[in-house]
Amino acid sequence: MAHAKNHDYHVLPPSIWPFIGAVSAVTMLVGFVLMVSPQIEADSRQPWMFLIGLVGVLFTMFCWWADVIGESRAGDHTKVVQIGLRYGFMLFIMSEVMFFVAWFWAFFKSALYPMSANYPTVDGVWPPAGIETFDPWHLPLINTLILLCSGAAATWAHHALVHENNREDMKKGLALAIFLGVCFTILQAFEYSHAAFGFAGNIYGATFFMATGFHGAHVIIGTIFLTVCLIRVYRGHFTPEKHVGFEAAAWYWHFVDVVWLFLFAVIYIWGQ
Amino acid sequence: MADAAIHGHEDHRGFFTRWFMSTNHKDIGILYLFFAGFLGLLSVTFTVYMRMELMHPGVQYMCLEGARLTAATAADTCTPNGHLWNVFITGHGVLMMFFVVIPGMFGGFGNYFMPLQIGAPDMAFPRMNNLSFWMFAAGGTLAVISVFAPGGNSQSGAGVGWVLYPPLSTSETGIAMDLAIFAVHLSGASSILGAINIITTFLNMRAPGMTLHKVPLFAWSIFVTAWLILLSLPVLAGAITMLLTDRNFGTTFFQPAGGGDPVLYQHILWFFGHPEVYIVILPGFGIVSQVIATFSRKPIFGYLPMVYAMVAIGVLGFVVWAHHMYTTGMSLTQQSYFMLATMVIAVPTGIKIFSWIATMWGGSIEFKTPMLFAIGFIFLFTVGGVTGIVLSQAPIDRAYHDTYYVVAHFHYVMSLGAVFAIFAGMYFWIGKMSGRQYPEWAGKLHFWAMFIGANLTFFPQHFLGRQGMPRRYIDYPEAFAYWNYISSLGAFLSFASFLFFIGIMFYTIRAGQRITVNNYWNEHADTLEWTLPCPPPEHTFEILPKRSDWDKGHAH
Repeated sequence: MAHAKNHDYHVLPPSIWPFIGAVSAVTMLVGFVLMVSPQIEADSRQPWMFLIGLVGVLFTMFCWWADVIGESRAGDHTKVVQIGLRYGFMLFIMSEVMFFVAWFWAFFKSALYPMSANYPTVDGVWPPAGIETFDPWHLPLINTLILLCSGAAATWAHHALVHENNREDMKKGLALAIFLGVCFTILQAFEYSHAAFGFAGNIYGATFFMATGFHGAHVIIGTIFLTVCLIRVYRGHFTPEKHVGFEAAAWYWHFVDVVWLFLFAVIYIWGQ
Repeated sequence: MADAAIHGHEDHRGFFTRWFMSTNHKDIGILYLFFAGFLGLLSVTFTVYMRMELMHPGVQYMCLEGARLTAATAADTCTPNGHLWNVFITGHGVLMMFFVVIPGMFGGFGNYFMPLQIGAPDMAFPRMNNLSFWMFAAGGTLAVISVFAPGGNSQSGAGVGWVLYPPLSTSETGIAMDLAIFAVHLSGASSILGAINIITTFLNMRAPGMTLHKVPLFAWSIFVTAWLILLSLPVLAGAITMLLTDRNFGTTFFQPAGGGDPVLYQHILWFFGHPEVYIVILPGFGIVSQVIATFSRKPIFGYLPMVYAMVAIGVLGFVVWAHHMYTTGMSLTQQSYFMLATMVIAVPTGIKIFSWIATMWGGSIEFKTPMLFAIGFIFLFTVGGVTGIVLSQAPIDRAYHDTYYVVAHFHYVMSLGAVFAIFAGMYFWIGKMSGRQYPEWAGKLHFWAMFIGANLTFFPQHFLGRQGMPRRYIDYPEAFAYWNYISSLGAFLSFASFLFFIGIMFYTIRAGQRITVNNYWNEHADTLEWTLPCPPPEHTFEILPKRSDWDKGHAH
C-alpha cells in the first residue's frame, strides 16, 4: 500500500489467516483419521489432534470474517467489490450444488438400479427388502413447512430492509427465520433417533443419512450465518444500498431450502 | 505504466510477510510454481525408479527384502514387492494430477498472468487466493505423508492407483488411504476456491473496454478451466467422502453385500475425471496460443473459434465420462452414446490444432525455446489426440483397455502435451517473472533432450500395448523386454533433461542476463503483461490500463 490506488478494487494488506487456516485444516483432517479409523486400536484413538485442528479452523474463520466485516465498515467494499463478492458467493453455491449432485447420484443409482443378492444381476427392489422408511406425510412434511416458512421469514427481512428500511421488521423476520431453522434441526435430530434403519451396513441408510445429513449440516451453517447477520442488524451494519453479507446469507438459506425440497420429493416421497 | 514501475522495486516486506501472508497474485503464483515444481520432481523420481525396475524382465530393485538402488544379482534374494510398486503408481498419479499440473498451470501461470492480461490490479479475493495456495501446500504435504503412513499389505503407503477404485480402496488396511483421500479433499477445496476467484476476477475486473471477445486467449483458457474445476471437483469430493465413510463408518455405497455398487464410484469419479483431463490441458492451449502468435509474428488465426472451441471442449468434457468404463458392462446404447460424444470432441480440438498451424503459416517464425516447446506440444498432443480417437471406439477399447496403449495415450496428452505447455510457459515468461533471461542454448538443449527422451519413453509403449502388455504390473514376460528397455532409456534421458531444466531455472534466477526492456520478445507479444517492467512491481495496474495499451486493432 505504498502509494495511492486509482481504482475501486480492493487490494488487501498481508494476512496470516490463510496460512493458519490451512495448517489447522490439515491438522484437523489427520486428527480425524487418528480419531475414527477402525484401523487403529480402539484404545489408542485420540480426539485431541482433531479438536486442536477444529479450534484452529473455527478461530481462523472467526478472525478472518471479522476482518472482512471490519473492511466493509471501513468502506473498502466499493460498488464493484460488492459485485465481486456477489459473484463469488453465487459461484460458491454452484459448487455446493455440484457437491449434492454426488449424493443424489448415489441415491438415484441405488434406487433406479437396485442391487440384489444375485449381484450383478439387477433384480433388487427399492427401498431394499427389510427397510422401513419414514412416512413423508408426518414429520418430514412438517419439517418442509418449517423450512419454507423460515425461507419466507428471511425474505420478509430482506424486503423490510430493501423496500422499507425497517430495522424492527428485519430483526423480527431474521429472528423468526433463525428460530424455525433451529426447530428444523431439532426435529431432524428427533427423526434420526427414531429411524428404523441404520447408517452402516445397508445402502438405504448410507444414501439417506449422508444426503440428509449433509443437508442438515448446511442448515446449521446457514442458521449460524443468519445469526451473525442478526447481530449485525443490531449493530446497524446493513443499509438498503449495502448489505452483501445479508444477501449472501439469504441466498444460502434459499439454497438450503431448495436442496431440502429435492430431498423431500425424491428421497422421502418418491423413494418410500 | 511507467510511473507504476518505479515504486515497486522498493520492496519493504519481510520474508515471512511476503511469502507466508501474501495477498499478492504474483507472489502467490510464484509460490505455486515452486511447490508444484518440487512435487513434480518427486513424482518424476518415482517414475524413474519404476522405469529402472521395468528396464529388464524380472524384479531387480523393488524387493520385499528392501528397495535397492543397484540391481539384485542371482546371489541376492529378491522377492517382488508389488505393494511398493502400487504405491509408486498411486503417488505418481495423485501428485501429477492434483498437485503438479493443476497448481502449476492454473495456480501458477493462471494466478500470475490472468490478472495481468486483463489489466486487473490483483485477484478479486486476494486473501482467499493465499488460502488456495496453502491448502494446496497442506494437501501436497499430506499426500507425501500418506506415502510413508501405515498402508496396505502391512507396508506403508496406499497402493490403489490414482483413481482410488473400490473395492481395493475401501478394503486396504492402514490409514495411508484415508490420508490420501483427505489430501485430495484439501487439493479439491483449494482448486474450487481458486476457481471462484478466477471466475470472479475475469468477469468483474477486466480493463475498461476489454469486452469478453477481446480477452487474450490465455486468460480465456484459465476462465474456462475454472468453470470445469468449479463444477466437477465438488462431485469428486462427494465420491471420496463416500470412500471415507465406507472405510471408517461401515456405510455400503460401494459394497455389494450391503446393496452398494463399486461401479457407482467409477461413474462419479469419471464424471469428475474426464473434465479433469481438460482442466489439465486447457491452460496449456492458452499458453501455446500466446507463444505461437508471438514467435510467428502474427495475430492468432481464428481468435473467436479458438475461444469457442475451448468452451465447447469444456462443455463436452462433462458428457463423455463413461468412455473410461467400456468394460464395466454398460448397455450397448450407453456405449454407443459415449463413443459418439467422445469423437465429437475431436472437432473443437481439430479447430485449435489447425488454427495454430494456420497462425504459423506464412508467419515469420522464430525458433526460440518457448516456440520449440509449443510446436513440440502440437505434435505430441496431436499424437495423443489421435490415439484418443482410437481408444474412444468401444469395440477397440476392449482390446486396449488397461494396456500400455492407454498409458502411452494419456502420457502423450498429459506428460508430453501439458508438461510441454508448462515448459513453453516457463521459458516464455521467466524473464517477465524474474527479470533475468535464460540462456537460449540451454533451453534448446533441454527441448531436444526432452523431446527425444519423452518420445523414446512413450512411443514404444504403444507397441507394448498392442502386444498386450497390461498396465500397473511390476514385472513382465521376456516377450516385452525389447520395447521396455528402449522406453526406460527414454525415461532416463527425459529425467536428465528435467534435472537440467531445474538447473537452468536456478541459474536464470541467480545469474541470468538482466532484462532491461518491458517486452523482450517482439511486438506480437502484445498482451498487457508486456507493458510492465521485468519483474513487475509489487502492485501492478494501480492506474488501470488505457485501451491503447492492449487493443492493437486485431483480436488476439
